[in-house]
Amino acid sequence: MGKNNVEIKEKRPLGPRFKRFFKDFKNQWELQSMIIPGLIFMIIFSYIPMYGLLIAFKQYTALDTFSTAPWVGLKNFQIIMTDKFFWEAMVNTVAISLMKLAIGFIAPIILAIMIYELHDGPIKRFMQTISYLPHFLSWIVLGGMLITWFSTTGLLNQTLMAVGLMDNPQNYLLDAGKYWWIATLSDIWKEVGWGTILYLAVMSKIDPTYYEAAKIDGASRLKQIWHITIPSMKYIINLNLILAVSGIFGSNFDQTLVLMNTQNQEKAEVLSTYVYRIGMTQGDFSYATAVGLGMSIVSLILLVGAHKVTKRLNEGQSVL
Amino acid sequence: MAGKVVKGDLDSRIFNFINMSLLLIFTFIIIIPIWNVLVSSFSSGRSLAEGGFVFWPQEFSMENYRAVFRDETIWQAFFISVAKTVIGAGTHVLFCAMVAYAYSKQNLRGRKLYSALGIITLFFSGGMIPTYLLIKSLGLLNSFWVYIIPALFSFFDVIILMNFFRNVPKSLEDSAKIDGAGDWRIFWSIYLPLSKPALATIALFNGVGQWNDFITTKLYVTDQALYPLQMKIYEIIVQSQTNTMQNIGGSVVIETTARGVQLATIVITTLPIILIYPLLQRHFISGMMLGAVKE
Repeated sequence: MGKNNVEIKEKRPLGPRFKRFFKDFKNQWELQSMIIPGLIFMIIFSYIPMYGLLIAFKQYTALDTFSTAPWVGLKNFQIIMTDKFFWEAMVNTVAISLMKLAIGFIAPIILAIMIYELHDGPIKRFMQTISYLPHFLSWIVLGGMLITWFSTTGLLNQTLMAVGLMDNPQNYLLDAGKYWWIATLSDIWKEVGWGTILYLAVMSKIDPTYYEAAKIDGASRLKQIWHITIPSMKYIINLNLILAVSGIFGSNFDQTLVLMNTQNQEKAEVLSTYVYRIGMTQGDFSYATAVGLGMSIVSLILLVGAHKVTKRLNEGQSVL
Repeated sequence: MAGKVVKGDLDSRIFNFINMSLLLIFTFIIIIPIWNVLVSSFSSGRSLAEGGFVFWPQEFSMENYRAVFRDETIWQAFFISVAKTVIGAGTHVLFCAMVAYAYSKQNLRGRKLYSALGIITLFFSGGMIPTYLLIKSLGLLNSFWVYIIPALFSFFDVIILMNFFRNVPKSLEDSAKIDGAGDWRIFWSIYLPLSKPALATIALFNGVGQWNDFITTKLYVTDQALYPLQMKIYEIIVQSQTNTMQNIGGSVVIETTARGVQLATIVITTLPIILIYPLLQRHFISGMMLGAVKE
C-alpha cells in the first residue's frame, strides 16, 4: 500500500493536493454553502454580461439570438470613428467631467478645512448636517427642483431681477450654452458637503501639538493650514483624485436624463445617455455595446494611469 | 480637535470672522433653494405664475397636493417605493452578510479565487446593453423582482462587512464550536447580533439607494403599475418639459399647474428621506470610515 501511494505521488503530483482540497472543502461545507450563492450571483449578474460584451463584435438585432448573430469584427468600432453624434457626446462628457473635476474636487477640501477651523459646538454641527443633506436627494428630485429654480418665474430669475442684474427673465435650462455650468454647479451643490466627511475624519486625527508648536513659532492660521492640515490629508486627497480621474467617462447618467431637453441636447448628451438612446431607444444593441465597451476600457486605462502617476508622486507608495 | 482654536490675536480673529461669514453664505445657498421648493409647493398656480415670493407663499394653497392625491396611481407608486426599499435593503444586507461571514475566514478553501472574481467586478462590468439582455432573458423585465434580485449583492459591501466581522472576538466563536454549533448557527446567533451597527449602516445606505433609484425602472420596467415615486416625478417632469416647449412665448398657466404638481410630488417623495435623516446621520460617518479608510 505505502509503495503504491508513493508511486501515485510521483506520477500525478497534483492528485493528493486536489484530494486534500476536496476533503477540506467537504469539511467546511457550511462555509462554502454561504459563499457559493455569492459566487453564483457574480457569475450571473457580472460575468455573463461581460461575456455578452462580445456582441460589440457582432451585428446583433432584435431578429437574432446571441449565437446566430453574424460576426462583424471591428466594424462597430470603425463606425464610432466617423459618428458625429458620438464625438459630440464625447466632447460633452469630457468637458463636464473636467469641469466637475477642476471645481468639484477642490471645493470639498476647502469646505472641510473651513468647517474644521470652526469652534466645536452647535453651529458647527448644524452646518455639517445641512451640508450633507443634498447628497440624499435623488437626481430626479433635484432635477425637478432645478427646473423650478431656473424657470422664468423661479428663484434665480427673481433674485437676479431683484438685485438689478437682469431685466428680462429667461429659462436657463433651454439655453444650451449654459448647460455645462448648470450640470457642474448643480453636481457640486449636491455633493460638496458629502465630500467633506472623509477629509474631516482624517483631519480629526491630526495631533493638536503641531498647531500649538506652529503658533509659538508665529505661523498665521493660513500658514498652519498650508503646512499642517493639507499635508496631513495627502493620502486621502490622492485616493479621491484617482477615483475622480477614472470616473471621467462614467456616470452623469441620471443627471443628464433629467436635465436634458430638445433645446440643450447638443450640449447635454453624454456617452452614457448616448448608449441608452442608441441601444434602448433605437435597438442597435451591437453598436451601443461597442460604445459602452470603449468607455469602460478608457476608464480602466485612466484608473491605472492615475494610480501610476500618484504612485510616482508619492515616492513609490501605492494608495490603492 | 476640541479647543484647537481659542480666542487669539487679531489675525486669528479676522480669520474666524471671514471663515464664519463664508460658511454662513454657504449654508444659505444650500437651505434657500430647498426651502423655496417647499414654499412653492404650497403656493397657488396663479402665484407660481406671477413669481414674486421666495421665503413664504403669497397665496397659501393645498391645491397642488390635492391634485397629486387625486391621482390614485400615486398611492400605488408609494407602495412600490416602500416595498422595494424595505425588501431590497433587507435582503441585500442579509445576503451580503452571509457571504461576508464565509469570506472573513482565512481558512476558506478557494478564498483567493473568490477574492479575484469579486475584485474584478468592482472595476469592470458588462455595461448597460449586455445587462439589459441578461435581465430580459431571465424574464425579469416588468417584474417587481427586478428591483430586488439584481441588487442583492455588492462585493464592496461584502468587504465592509468582512472588516467588521473580523473584529468580533474569536473566543465567542470558539466556545460555540465546542458546544457543537456549526457556521450557520454561529453566523446567525453570534455574528449578526453583534454586528447590528454595521448591518444598519449598509441597510440604510442601500435603502436610500433603493428609494432614490429610478434607472432600474427606466431600463427594465414599462408596466405603470410597478412605477415607484421617483419614476412618477420623472414622468411629470418630462410631461411639463414638453408643455414648456409647446408653450414657448405662449401661456404659462399649463406650465405652472404641472409645476405645482411636480413640486408637491417632489416634497412627498423627499419627506421620508428627511424623516430618517437624523438616523442616517448617526450611521453614515462610521459607515464611510468602515469602507474607505483602512488603517
